Amino acid sequence: FLGEQCCTMKILTLLSLLATHLSASSVNIEENAGQFFSSGHTNNWAVLVCTSRFWFNYRHVANTLSVYRSVKRLGIPDSHIVLMLADDMACNHRNPKPATVFSHKNMELNVYGDDVEVDYRGYEVTVENFLRVLTGRLPPSTPRSKRLLSDDRSNILIYLTGHGGNGFLKFQDSEEISNVELADAFEQMWQKRRYNELLFIIDTCQGASMYERFYSPNLMALASSQVGEDSLSHQPDLAIGVHLMDRYTFYLLEFLEDIHPSSKANMNDLFKVCPKSQCVSTPGHRTDLFLRDPGSALITDFFGSVRKVEITMETINLTEPIQQVDGSVSDGSSVVPPGVHR
Amino acid sequence: IIVGVPLWWRTTETYRAWLPVSQINELSNLQLQLSAEVEVVFARGTVTPEQQKKVPLTQIQDEEHTVDGDLFINAVCLVVTKIRRLQGNICLKCVFSRGHSFEVQDMDVYVGQRRTALLRIGAQMRVGKTLDQLLAHLEPRIKQVLQVMSFSHTDISAALSDRVRLSPGNKESIADSMRTFKSSPGYEITFSLLNPDPKSHRLHWDIEGAVQTYIQPLLTKLASVANFSIDSQTLYYAMLGVNPRFDSSLSAYTLHSDSLAHVINPVEARLGSNAASSNPVLNFLLYVPDAHHSPLYIHDRKKQEVPSNAFHSPRWGGIMVYNVNGFYGPEAVFPVDVNINMAKVMGVFLAQLRLLLGVQSSTAPSGFLVAPCGSNGLADWELDRLMWSRSVENVATATTTITSLAQLLEQIGNIVINDNIAEQVSSAVTSLQLAVAELETGNLRFALQYSKEAILASERAFFDPSLLHLLYFPDDQKFAIYIPLFLPMCVPILLSLLKIVSDARQKRREKQAKKD
Repeated sequence: FLGEQCCTMKILTLLSLLATHLSASSVNIEENAGQFFSSGHTNNWAVLVCTSRFWFNYRHVANTLSVYRSVKRLGIPDSHIVLMLADDMACNHRNPKPATVFSHKNMELNVYGDDVEVDYRGYEVTVENFLRVLTGRLPPSTPRSKRLLSDDRSNILIYLTGHGGNGFLKFQDSEEISNVELADAFEQMWQKRRYNELLFIIDTCQGASMYERFYSPNLMALASSQVGEDSLSHQPDLAIGVHLMDRYTFYLLEFLEDIHPSSKANMNDLFKVCPKSQCVSTPGHRTDLFLRDPGSALITDFFGSVRKVEITMETINLTEPIQQVDGSVSDGSSVVPPGVHR
Repeated sequence: IIVGVPLWWRTTETYRAWLPVSQINELSNLQLQLSAEVEVVFARGTVTPEQQKKVPLTQIQDEEHTVDGDLFINAVCLVVTKIRRLQGNICLKCVFSRGHSFEVQDMDVYVGQRRTALLRIGAQMRVGKTLDQLLAHLEPRIKQVLQVMSFSHTDISAALSDRVRLSPGNKESIADSMRTFKSSPGYEITFSLLNPDPKSHRLHWDIEGAVQTYIQPLLTKLASVANFSIDSQTLYYAMLGVNPRFDSSLSAYTLHSDSLAHVINPVEARLGSNAASSNPVLNFLLYVPDAHHSPLYIHDRKKQEVPSNAFHSPRWGGIMVYNVNGFYGPEAVFPVDVNINMAKVMGVFLAQLRLLLGVQSSTAPSGFLVAPCGSNGLADWELDRLMWSRSVENVATATTTITSLAQLLEQIGNIVINDNIAEQVSSAVTSLQLAVAELETGNLRFALQYSKEAILASERAFFDPSLLHLLYFPDDQKFAIYIPLFLPMCVPILLSLLKIVSDARQKRREKQAKKD
């Protein structure tokens, strides 16, 4: 058979390399594969919506911005956050401290910060735009930052706040979204596999009515109050003159401040946030559509963005010299002594 | 009433163009037949001349696999044995082991760079055995080779993971399916050079030349699968988010694999992306540690150094740490000019690119020796493999999209279906039918092309901005709207109808009374 003798040495060395490589990589895959199975997601998205406008709804904007800050701190980048705010607080004529939105009495924490990226502001926050973002039916001219480009391995956090009622949520005093529409939108997302798992948090009056109609798999929902109850605000600030935050989100934030990217706290801890003694209303949650056990779902699975990582075991041996784009050839690494510049 | 009711009906009707619903329902019972052509060539001396004449020319092997109960796939293998020239898609050579050929132990199959595999028949199959025994010995081995080079049950199940949730069978295959980017018509690749310490290092990298020489051949070969657009950037003062530890035994800084997961997020915020396209982005980062933290090595879980000094994240991209402290001495004048060895860097990035695109399969079974991929970075059979799984994935995704769109439009009676949507749906259905037919005959290129067309059309139809359902009217609202309008009108009409009926009855009684 043609010229094996000269090839045997090469094949032998190749084989020995291959053998060691095979054994090493099989062990590594075992170990690395372990971290894949806690959750099936590879990326995280967040859709944060504040559905109110006007100065006296300051607390809703502060709610949303506080969640935005936490989510960014735990690792989700702006490119993966769709933030919808009326954004009329920071530069409002009635704001005694312009360009700030505070979430705590005594103006301790300015949640507006200097790197807020609002994707839908002002009159763009409508039911139609919200549903378009969720289902992906945006006109082709929409830029990347305004789209929810999730895939079947994305965990999405959806946070809604504003004024609501039994079965509906009011958008900017002019329209409403009903719980049926929301459930249908989630079903369309599921049909197109636009999410792996979805966490839905709503902080409005009678918030539990909004998740009653969900029927798609892998949804977990939390609300700040049951049907028939009102969600109350936390504390007014006498200098600014309005209530700064809602109770549920305030205690939610206190809980999230203790979470860091490598924390192992799970969803059961989240359900305990804001008991009736602190919140006055009874927070509710719904986990029957969620396939995993909530105790095994980490907080950072939704609020943070912990990447799965694999070590690259193989490299390809490239021996060709680099062709310059204009055709000539140059060689590899060298140090140019100082004083001689290319 | 005669004029009003039809008029009201027509004006409140919504325009719905016709959709081929029956064909869509047919498609939803997805029955795929995949056939791969194999040619088996017996090398001289493996079969005796008498046996040569008796070798069957074609042998079709059917294997039925069910995936999640309602899906059937038949993998059909046409085995054509010829003694002569090499043609066709895959060529297996059955080699008789002579004294000094293939002395390598434990290796029975050698998979080449194009579409050839060399199969060694063991010593026990020498002359003296009958043809039937020989063929019986060969069949399972040929099947195994085919599974490596074309498609296997796990590959197809992974490609269909859209429709069926992959049951946690094989850990490796799940890791593979999570790592690979989903099939998309285009991808964007971004190479970034991160220089956290421009005061010490002035880095030069010939990215254009490197991309042209090393990456472009691979992408050109993959042109039938997807479009690629490449850009590059340099980021200054970009730090890693984690603090490396100093290891005095190595006198170097180390990054443990547990902390690697937190490296990506702080950097990602600073990486840009093309605002105009919605294609998935693959990021490849080259990080040159600052002078105070050089050299920096990545350690795996067993605290051993990683030879490539690189890691990757599924569906995101890869990061490589490139140490430059070896290129200058302690008395160097800062900033030092450094030319980066692009061959080494691109070797790593190319390997990561292959993994992320799904070209690299999981490890071959024992006894297989796979030739290293050529200068393109892609062997022909690897491309075939990718094309198989992409075609199946595209067909499955397009079918799901079209079926769910049809269901949605049926359910919601008052969504307007424009003509262009109906057109897209019809063209998607046609492309799907063509793709399934091509898969059956084994024409990979055409199957992939049709499946891509099907996906584009179905996505365009599904995500058309006009299909937004905002017309949810709960029943009590419907009553609340219509009753105040119609009730006052209906009252005098009803009363007069009653009056007419009672008048007619009275007249009839009077008539009867008159008759009597």
